[in-house]
Amino acid sequence: MAPNITIFAPLLAASLLLFAWNCYRRFSLVAVGQAEDRFQRPATRLWEMFRFAFGQKRVLSRPFGVVHACIFWSFLALVLANGEFLVAGLVPSLNLGLLPAFAHHLLMLVFDLVSLLALTAVLVAAGRRLFCPPAYLDSSYAKARSPEAFMILSCIAVLMLAYFGLHGALIELGQEPAGWMPISARAGKLLGPLSPQGFAALASFFWWLHAVVLLAFLNYLPLKKHMHIITAIPNCFFKSLEKPNTQPREEFKVGNSFGVGSVDQFTWKDLLDGFCCTECGRCQSVCPATATGKPLNPRQVVHDMKANLVNGTMDGKLFKSAQPLIGSQGEGSVAEDAIWSCTTCGACMAACPVFIEQMPKIVKMRRNLVEMQTRFPEELLNLFENIEGRSNPWGIAPTERTKWYSTMDVKPFEAGKTEYLLYVGCAGSFDSRQKHVTVALATILDAAGVSWGILGKEELCCGDSLRRLGNEYAFDKLAKENVQLFKGKGITKVITQCPHCFSTLQNDYRQYGLELEVLHHSQMINLLIADGRLQLNSQVKHLGNIVFHDSCYLGRHNDVYEAPRQAIEAATGSAPAEMERNRENSFCCGAGGGRMWMEEQLGSRINLNRIEEALTAKPDTICVSCPYCLTMFDDGLKDLQSGKDLPSGRTQVKDIAEVVAEGLRPSV
Amino acid sequence: MLVVVCIKQVPDTTQVQIDPVTNTLVREGIPFIANPYDTHAMEEALRLKDEFGLKVVAISMGPPNAEATLRKTLALGADRAILLSDRVFGGADTLATSNVLSAAINKLHAEEEVALVLCGKQTIDGDTAQVGPGIATRNGYSQLTLVDRVDNLDLSGKRVRVRRKLEGRHEIVESPLPAMLTVVRELNRPRYPSVPLRLASLEREVTVWDNSVLKLDVNSIGLKGSPTWVSRIFSPQREKGEIVGDGAQDPKGTARLLLEKLRSKDLLPV
Repeated sequence: MAPNITIFAPLLAASLLLFAWNCYRRFSLVAVGQAEDRFQRPATRLWEMFRFAFGQKRVLSRPFGVVHACIFWSFLALVLANGEFLVAGLVPSLNLGLLPAFAHHLLMLVFDLVSLLALTAVLVAAGRRLFCPPAYLDSSYAKARSPEAFMILSCIAVLMLAYFGLHGALIELGQEPAGWMPISARAGKLLGPLSPQGFAALASFFWWLHAVVLLAFLNYLPLKKHMHIITAIPNCFFKSLEKPNTQPREEFKVGNSFGVGSVDQFTWKDLLDGFCCTECGRCQSVCPATATGKPLNPRQVVHDMKANLVNGTMDGKLFKSAQPLIGSQGEGSVAEDAIWSCTTCGACMAACPVFIEQMPKIVKMRRNLVEMQTRFPEELLNLFENIEGRSNPWGIAPTERTKWYSTMDVKPFEAGKTEYLLYVGCAGSFDSRQKHVTVALATILDAAGVSWGILGKEELCCGDSLRRLGNEYAFDKLAKENVQLFKGKGITKVITQCPHCFSTLQNDYRQYGLELEVLHHSQMINLLIADGRLQLNSQVKHLGNIVFHDSCYLGRHNDVYEAPRQAIEAATGSAPAEMERNRENSFCCGAGGGRMWMEEQLGSRINLNRIEEALTAKPDTICVSCPYCLTMFDDGLKDLQSGKDLPSGRTQVKDIAEVVAEGLRPSV
Repeated sequence: MLVVVCIKQVPDTTQVQIDPVTNTLVREGIPFIANPYDTHAMEEALRLKDEFGLKVVAISMGPPNAEATLRKTLALGADRAILLSDRVFGGADTLATSNVLSAAINKLHAEEEVALVLCGKQTIDGDTAQVGPGIATRNGYSQLTLVDRVDNLDLSGKRVRVRRKLEGRHEIVESPLPAMLTVVRELNRPRYPSVPLRLASLEREVTVWDNSVLKLDVNSIGLKGSPTWVSRIFSPQREKGEIVGDGAQDPKGTARLLLEKLRSKDLLPV
């Protein structure tokens, strides 16, 4: 079937030119961003792209993702069919019929079947949006039942229907083999009976319908969310290979600007993220701030960044924003309250099927607020001054760092003599509840005969909160002092009881040239059990039903999921109960990202949301592996259980070290 | 016009211990900080700079290492920082100190008119609250102590109106300029320095004036000019507390015990 070339050729040329022009406009906006190397380790990148883009790994992590995967894989096959369609539209003799007959017929069969698959999938997707849309599809700027979504689904459906109509008519005309195209053949039967002229007219109609919708759809892509078809695959290639919670360093030089205060200060990869968002809402569905009614929605942050960029104008090579990036100017601006609501738990990034980096953008904007504008919630002024002045968040005298071990014999770390540094951390040194954990851990290490020591009064804060809050200048100073201290003392092996210290020493300090073997105490305990140095009697029964809560900085950010569970099991003889949201789907306690030091005045409380989930497992003990989680659970349980007469008794909170230390007692 | 802020670098007192033998402060390894009240004086000066365009000069008398504290004032936005440092200034009591500071302020006044001198209400190491008033007296400035609000500054009419925080009441006072204000913490919330200002402050100069600049009679400054002698410093012994009841097991009973205890000591009305 040959279309009228004099109409089609100019139409195709115009469409392609318009498409190229719109893509150019979009990508020249991406090029406004700052430089960033996302090309290192290309083989790894290709493999990741294969797994996550072509393999749809993250898309499939949720049941409904299978519908997207069907559409996507069908799309991949149909790219070939549509390519042929356009080429043959210009030069009819250039078509897949040039292939050996069997290959050609096989392709026709595949196209026929995947077209049906795609049609079914878009109908299911439309049905979901119509009849049972999940809440997270809705946001302030797009709704589950948005006209755009239905328009996109309709376009795909019309393309498939036109495909069947065209080939059905061609089969009826005897131009294509019915046996290889069962669906199209059935469609042809539905169209007829007609005269050959009638089928020819229908074929022509469907051909043009297919052509016009295809070219219109093509030109629609760069304008809206469907641009992810073009950008998502490369975005998986450019995904961060680093720890996402480890922000890049800044160079503190006179004349430099710090953080991101206008959209062009983001990197090109940040900006590309904006054009990859498909508005699936998964980040929104897992964000603790969003879940508790705070002004932050990670999807909205990405949307506003993109809107700010798109609303701007290019003056030659200079980009001019139309509105401030940070502020309350509505769409295109990110509210300060939203920026400060982030716990940096990383759930958004772990959920995003196309590896958009929401959290690092928030930290970059925090940096600008703190470092350039000195605008931050007033509670943080004390925090910053306490850490800068006394190297701990509470501003307690450093001389009191050793007060936790009044009754124990604790030795200082000595280069060459001591194997492990126990980096006690600020909470372990000063927080009255966490000090019990420190003592429990010290008892365990002594029981196993570990050679360990502490820095005592010389120990400094690791700076985690400073960095996540965007006070990179103060963090930088602290990190340099710590690195010098560690190098000076020849420290190579470190045990921490705080996932924030753990992550900072292990990941962030690597940027300062310090390579340490850092073990979270749960890992150390498992190591000692495996070596036979720690004998646990599995007899700890009085803590009752234990449910375990994953810390974000141990779990999601550092992939340590099993060590704490194994430690509990070794002490109690049974695996801990699990909450519905566990491991990589764990829900933050609310204290990460410096939120520990801020009031939670907006929305409901994150810790209560999590504790209510924990209590559904009817635990006697909630077990944690992080000082922040300990505080948040302790406080939350007090809120929930105060003044109540609970028939099953009060739930208590324990760190895994305390559970394990119980297991060291002689069995009764 | 200038607003001069007097800043003292003090040992971080939560970490200070007293040597039981010599009765002096153990200063080794103790970090120094800006006297906390002085940081509020600094903030007010910066606020007045923002509002009236006054020039802010921070001055401090102290050993050479006090430069660090002055440098922080540059990071906050002070236009100039001057360290008054000379061996002959050492060992000064509040009288000798105010002699040196007064002379420095007079010298600044000779260059450009001084509108205000701001001091913290007292330092956390000496706690005398005498240096500010000493400066006002020596320079003949209006003396407005314990200021918790600056209501009005009329530079052309040369008047200032402030609120003083006194026990159980406030007092609104107006006086002519130049005036010396000592300030309390309630006055404001000190700002946090931006990184560009911090970086710039690292390259700026802290001027040092010694006695060859101030040319004071050595009998009026330093140890020689100090009539005060400290006979003994000691930390008061605190009696060990006691644990009353068991709050975890019996919160109500423990609360009752605590109330009885407090009432028996006349700390609560019966």
